[in-house]
Amino acid sequence: MRTHPGIVAIALAIAAFLVAFLVIPVVAVVYTAFSDGQGGFTLAHFAAFNEISLMRESFANSLYVAGMTVGLGTLIAVPLAYLTVRFQFRGAILVQTLGVLPLVMPAFVGAAAMQLLFGRSGSVNLILKDAFGVTLPLMEGLNGVIFVETLHYFPFILLNLSAALANIDSSMEEAAQNLGASGWRLFRKVVFPLAMPGYVAGASLVFIKVFDDLGTPLVLNVTNMLAPQAYLRVTSIGLEDPIGYVICVILVAFSIGAMGGSWWFVKRRDYALVSRGGVQAPKRRLTPWQALLAYGWIVGMLLLVLSPHLGILLLSISKVWSFTVLPEQLTLAHYATVFTESKQMIWNTFLYCGLAALLDVALGTAIAYIVLRTKLPGRQLLDHLVTIALAMPGLVLGIGYLRTFKGVELPFGGGALTASWVIFVLAYAVRRLPYALRSCMAALTQVHPALEEAAENLGAGRWNTIRRVVIPLMMGGILAGFVTSFITAAAEISETILLTSRESMAPMSYGIYLYFQSVLGRGPGAALGVIAVALVAFGTYVSHRLVAARSPHQSGGGQ
Amino acid sequence: MKTPAIRALALALACLPFAAAADTVTVVTSFPKEITTAYKKAYEAKYPQDKVEILNKNTAAGIAYVREQAAGARPEVFWASAPDAFEVLSGSKLLAKIGPGNPAIPAKVGNYPVNDPEGYYRGQALAGYGLMWNTRYVKANNLPEPKEWADLVKPVYFGHLAISSPSRSGTTHLTVETILQGEGWTKGWEQLLAICGNSAAITERSFGVPDGVNNGQFGIGLVIDFFGLAAKNSGMPVEFVYPSVTAIVPANIALIDGAKAKDAGMRFIEFTLSEEGQMLLLDPKISRLPVLPSVYAKAPAGYPNPFGGQIQAKVNFDSNLSESRYYVVVSLFDQQVTFRHKELVAAMKAIYDAQKRLGGRKSAQLDEARSLVLTPVVDEKQAADPKLLALFKAKKTDAEASKAKAKVEEEWAAKAKANYARAVELANSAK
Repeated sequence: MRTHPGIVAIALAIAAFLVAFLVIPVVAVVYTAFSDGQGGFTLAHFAAFNEISLMRESFANSLYVAGMTVGLGTLIAVPLAYLTVRFQFRGAILVQTLGVLPLVMPAFVGAAAMQLLFGRSGSVNLILKDAFGVTLPLMEGLNGVIFVETLHYFPFILLNLSAALANIDSSMEEAAQNLGASGWRLFRKVVFPLAMPGYVAGASLVFIKVFDDLGTPLVLNVTNMLAPQAYLRVTSIGLEDPIGYVICVILVAFSIGAMGGSWWFVKRRDYALVSRGGVQAPKRRLTPWQALLAYGWIVGMLLLVLSPHLGILLLSISKVWSFTVLPEQLTLAHYATVFTESKQMIWNTFLYCGLAALLDVALGTAIAYIVLRTKLPGRQLLDHLVTIALAMPGLVLGIGYLRTFKGVELPFGGGALTASWVIFVLAYAVRRLPYALRSCMAALTQVHPALEEAAENLGAGRWNTIRRVVIPLMMGGILAGFVTSFITAAAEISETILLTSRESMAPMSYGIYLYFQSVLGRGPGAALGVIAVALVAFGTYVSHRLVAARSPHQSGGGQ
Repeated sequence: MKTPAIRALALALACLPFAAAADTVTVVTSFPKEITTAYKKAYEAKYPQDKVEILNKNTAAGIAYVREQAAGARPEVFWASAPDAFEVLSGSKLLAKIGPGNPAIPAKVGNYPVNDPEGYYRGQALAGYGLMWNTRYVKANNLPEPKEWADLVKPVYFGHLAISSPSRSGTTHLTVETILQGEGWTKGWEQLLAICGNSAAITERSFGVPDGVNNGQFGIGLVIDFFGLAAKNSGMPVEFVYPSVTAIVPANIALIDGAKAKDAGMRFIEFTLSEEGQMLLLDPKISRLPVLPSVYAKAPAGYPNPFGGQIQAKVNFDSNLSESRYYVVVSLFDQQVTFRHKELVAAMKAIYDAQKRLGGRKSAQLDEARSLVLTPVVDEKQAADPKLLALFKAKKTDAEASKAKAKVEEEWAAKAKANYARAVELANSAK
């Protein structure tokens, strides 16, 4: 295959974008960690870091929390994904949609609601104390972080795994069944290994997200983890504090390591299936007992997963909720407040996240194609660059932006770049690009090159093949990437706090955060949270419909 | 498919949140939305040609933000509680000299000057620090209602208190410094450590305390008055008192040097100090103490009046002392309390258990355990050591200084941890 000059140009443009908005800001951060203040190189800051026992402890805690979250998230996600994709099951689309819901809610909002339900004087513990005289430390210290993060991030595993499961050719399972495998053995030996790329992609994402997450530990008052320490250092001591940058560098290095590990794991095997365009596995029927178990599991998990949403909903309509199982006086006044005060923020979220997600899927599709389908020298570099974005905590990228683009003016009198809304689109797009790219990559991995070769043999040119064959076959992955990018950007808070320089250009997540910072703001904050959840739930539903309509081979979930 | 998408994009571009070309007053503040929204609305109604932009950041982040902006592009107004923040800003030549404002505002409250004697910032409201509690929580757990900081060291409050960390919250730093100045370094730390040992949490922002008390996660919190008063006045089941060791200090407002729209910024500041602006503070959702004495005549009955002698403020807050040891106090608190809270609580619990077991009998081990837990790892003399103070004030990019500082902090942390562990051993074996 010869490389088309158009593709070379696109690859170079993407590379330039990534260098400007990812590499340079990151380098600025790394440079600070190694700089002795006079432009020389030093390891003194790292030595100083290593001498602080708190930092070592924080590192261990961050690892523990991220690991536990992946484990618990897997327990929730695997049965949900398998049941809904492989069995005749009413309401499967509901499960999939509900599984996406936690992603829209900023983790710190979820944490605030969870405290009211599961905290020291939360509903559950008040009931338990009344009935049995005991309370469960569900929200104490690291437990709380793990609990909240699991419910918030398991959808990454669920979404990726479901997509991978849906794409497994039924002939594989049929062959295994013909050879006598069934039940658990079939799942463990055939289905799960085939879905491994999806699982590993999801699990490593969860690990990195939790490892870097700032909002949840802060709301739960857990400071002995790496990300909160970096944030505390940089914001309370100042942008110049080197220890903060050292933590950032360690965070980043560790995350890249974890990503690299999972990448290597997937790469060393060949997961491509020849007949992606073939028949999907027929949905099996559940026996009554299995159905009972399945419904029991799903209902239980859904209650748990929806508890933060329920908490936020209650909070948004309650006048006073203090030391009681349920709020006492109900009111709709908080919604009125939000609609008079914060319309602009809702609009901003749509604008920033929509543009960012659009940019992401365009870049993601192009990069996936260049990496997997061309022989362009150095093409892997694009993928590696994007992976760096995945390992970058939002906080670090935010600081990097503020440092790098200080004084850069927008053309046409648009003012300073760092003080304009464009910076949100860029920051969101760069940090969400890995999700979109993973989705596009996974989708393209499962399209066998033979299909494109067939199209080219039939006379279609490169562009036509991409447009008529590759992109339609990838559409499910592209849309999943768009949705994931959009809703994670809408729920992002640490970059947002850093980059917001005016309230009028703040997105919704900042608005929620801001409301929560006042004595009487919980109600309006929760109301804004509810609106956010509702909007994204709607968006997700629409995208599901799009997936169902666009690709006839893929069922939209339920039938 | 394409046309609607393009139309949507065109619509999007048409409605972009462009910065207004007219005068925009950007206000960097740590104050909650109730206050900022009220002032924004009232000011924009009175001066329709101006627009107010609120930039809500905690005090430390606010300072960092102002520092990061180039002269000429800086925000106009800095508005926050902690006087230290304004000292830091004026020390960095980031504030414009504006002198005192409205002549009806007295020069002093108690012994504390309302406006900056140097003229770089003005008091805009007054704030005292006190105790806020959830009445339902206190009743359900049979806790006596507290009156003084000293009450909170009692074993009965173990696990029911909450306080924020001074490194994260300017107002908490003032509370801590007030206690240290009111009780003296050694006794002050003894009280602080006992209170923190009784605390269920050291919260991330000062706001985390009233929030937790409001919803019943914590029983009693150490808060700045308006958090407690506003919650109470809005129907939350909470109470608030000023203890006698409190200081009434102004929350300040200042014009930033190198701001884009200086005149508009100044207009905003004058507005907040006018009778009209001061009246806004009486809103039940805001509940702050005005600096303009005449406004209190229009306040609802029972509204605390710092000019009327209703609040005893025994402490004459020394802001120079506070500023000189700011970094040491903050770092010491973090190393000994914030980051070692689990160990501190475990040590307090062991001591209380031993007390119960011994039934009031004297025990040398127990006394030693208590002193290990309640003695700060830095004594008063060390805390005033110019060399130590200089180390903590050194330039952040100075690699050697940062290493030396990290070493000192690590020594404190290690010592605190060892003390707590030893205290648990001693308490468990106390006879």
